[in-house]
Amino acid sequence: MIRATRNYLVFLRRCFAIAFVGDWRYYLWMGALTVLVLLGLNAYAKQLVHGLIVTGMSDQVSWGVYIANFTFLVGVAAAAVMMVIPVYIYDNEELHDLVIFGELLAVAAILMCLAFVTVDLGRPDRFWHLIPGLGVLNFPASMLSWDVIVLNGYLLLNLHICGYLLYCRYQDKKPAKWFYIPFVFVAIVWAVSIHTVTAFLYVGLGGRPFWNSSIVGPRFLASAFTAGPALIILALQIIRRITEYHITNKALLTLRAIVQVSMLINVFLLACEVFKEFYSGDLQVASTRYLYLGFHGYHALVPWIWTAIVFNLTAMFLLVLPLSRSLRWLNLTCVLCIVGIWIEKGMGLVIPGFIPTPLGQIVEYRPSLNETLVCIGIWAFGLLCYTVFLRMAVPIMQGRLARANEDLPAGELGPVAQAASQHS
Amino acid sequence: MPLPDASLHPDETPAAAGMSRRSFLRTSAVLTTGLAALASSLRPLLELDDYTTVQRFMQKYYKEMTPADMAKVLKRIEDEVQKQYGIRPHVRDLKPMDGVQFVYCLNLTRCIGCRKCVHACVAENNQSRNPEIQYIRVLRMPHGSLDLDKADHDYAPPTVPEKGYFYMPVQCQQCKNPPCVKVCPVHATWQETDGITVIDYDWCIGCRYCEAACPYWARRFNFTKPEIPKDRLNPEMAYLGNRPRRQGVMEKCHFCIQRSRAGRMPACHDVCPAGARKFGNVLDPNSEVSYILRNKRVFIQLKEELGTSPRFFYYFDV
Repeated sequence: MIRATRNYLVFLRRCFAIAFVGDWRYYLWMGALTVLVLLGLNAYAKQLVHGLIVTGMSDQVSWGVYIANFTFLVGVAAAAVMMVIPVYIYDNEELHDLVIFGELLAVAAILMCLAFVTVDLGRPDRFWHLIPGLGVLNFPASMLSWDVIVLNGYLLLNLHICGYLLYCRYQDKKPAKWFYIPFVFVAIVWAVSIHTVTAFLYVGLGGRPFWNSSIVGPRFLASAFTAGPALIILALQIIRRITEYHITNKALLTLRAIVQVSMLINVFLLACEVFKEFYSGDLQVASTRYLYLGFHGYHALVPWIWTAIVFNLTAMFLLVLPLSRSLRWLNLTCVLCIVGIWIEKGMGLVIPGFIPTPLGQIVEYRPSLNETLVCIGIWAFGLLCYTVFLRMAVPIMQGRLARANEDLPAGELGPVAQAASQHS
Repeated sequence: MPLPDASLHPDETPAAAGMSRRSFLRTSAVLTTGLAALASSLRPLLELDDYTTVQRFMQKYYKEMTPADMAKVLKRIEDEVQKQYGIRPHVRDLKPMDGVQFVYCLNLTRCIGCRKCVHACVAENNQSRNPEIQYIRVLRMPHGSLDLDKADHDYAPPTVPEKGYFYMPVQCQQCKNPPCVKVCPVHATWQETDGITVIDYDWCIGCRYCEAACPYWARRFNFTKPEIPKDRLNPEMAYLGNRPRRQGVMEKCHFCIQRSRAGRMPACHDVCPAGARKFGNVLDPNSEVSYILRNKRVFIQLKEELGTSPRFFYYFDV
């Protein structure tokens, strides 16, 4: 028992230590991210002092980019399941050793989600009111209480799965199936639930016709399973380039197939929604009109949503063409998917819900500089987390950071590391 | 930002002693820079005075407080208000009365759109004057339509009423089936037995989900520290009513709980020069509101189709 604890502590210490070691590119990247995180922290400190008045939000548009980014990132987190399903259900060989990078991305995305919700709170000092037992969680009535549970649950599930598999690999032991497979299957259902619950946050509001539509949930999932795997395709290539981790093109093309189908469904559902809103011509379409065409002379979101639509459609065509089997085109397509869906599932979803207000007033929203800095800070924080996770996970997966070489100091990781550093 | 030096290369294994001093120096340099950067990024927090105290932080949820807890909290609130405004207020925790359910009736034929109710409400309920928070929004509507998209919120003619328009004041509708209560993740807002939906300002976490859920745009958020001139403070206060709020929490109309639960009419009712506002206990068959609901041919519950079932009725003199 004591031995096992000691071994685990050594493992944690070594993981921690290796996060501070790398070549000059690593330091440059981490340094830049740290600067952005600190800028964001500074902006958040100002917000804590003066209140949410330093944002662009108002009583009319009471949620803004914080909740927009939160919504998008829940999708990214949920999308890890698109690697888990092929590996654990269809025994896909190519993705087998890569699925952990998807799960780690989910962990980073959830951390960002939690950060985005926290900065949106007017009284973050009262967060403990949400903790069951200590506070009063309005479960099951409030969809937000569901979200608190599913997001934190998903975080724990992924931390357990990743942590356990990495520690087994570190010890060069075969993982005990009963200790992680059940969690993997729970996590698959759970991933769908986090984005469904987040969609229901909006769908459940009868007073907001723009959100109060049953297609919002399915659209959330379709767009998440487009943007998430697209992000993973890019991340995997960066990992491959920097660490020489073995990642086949075939694996990337498997993910491409997922993005392809999801994007087709996503665009189809978008068309369904737009048709219903515009063709029937009832009076509830003010928000949709505001988003796509502008309303009573207000049209702040129009250029954004059309950018998103052009990006999504271009990406869809590229995805169905064989052209996107070449990595260069595939990467372009992925960027189009990510940006398009970030706009559409972020600002394009949240803001029109508030315009016009339930009393017919039109007040537009523009994020303030301070608010933007907080967002940049959180994105940098998420990338920082993901980089650190990869910095730990890649050498473990390669067998370079292992129990066997426990006595080596952090910077020295056996033969592969030597080769890698000579190579660079 | 630390730049890598030779010692980072794994193939140059350091001679333990000399290098460890170097690496110690380097580590402390990095740590110092990092901590300094962190401290300077957090500098704005120095202005954070009066944000929270141990008692405030630990304060229990309204429904979980014993009478003794509540007495302590009320005294603390009085102390805090006195310190901030120089006036000793009288803060009470007024409970709903048995056999009472409040409803509001508003006569659209009579309302002249003068907005006196808006300002009486602000004065009575200690709303922030800067930035301005108002619970009542008066809509100017063109004759013949209840389409809220046609409402003018900013009308400012030299005199009211104007030809061709009618006026519709909207405030919290005190729904029987309130969406705001359903969505609140911490139960900071709930409906009391007399039909008033209240907020525990000291329990609200400021997520603004209720503001998104309300179909009547009745809720207001304190985006910054509210400002009330000292000589304008109304010292007659209730815990769930008009005591001063803090930055980052929701507030809204509560039918002037500090008045209505003490047997008085809401401020907006008393100030109305046109007699358009009627307020009272719907369970009392002799009340004016009961009479109106029994005898008027048409009354409107705003957005009735949403199933919120407001306790606020608009009616017409026919």
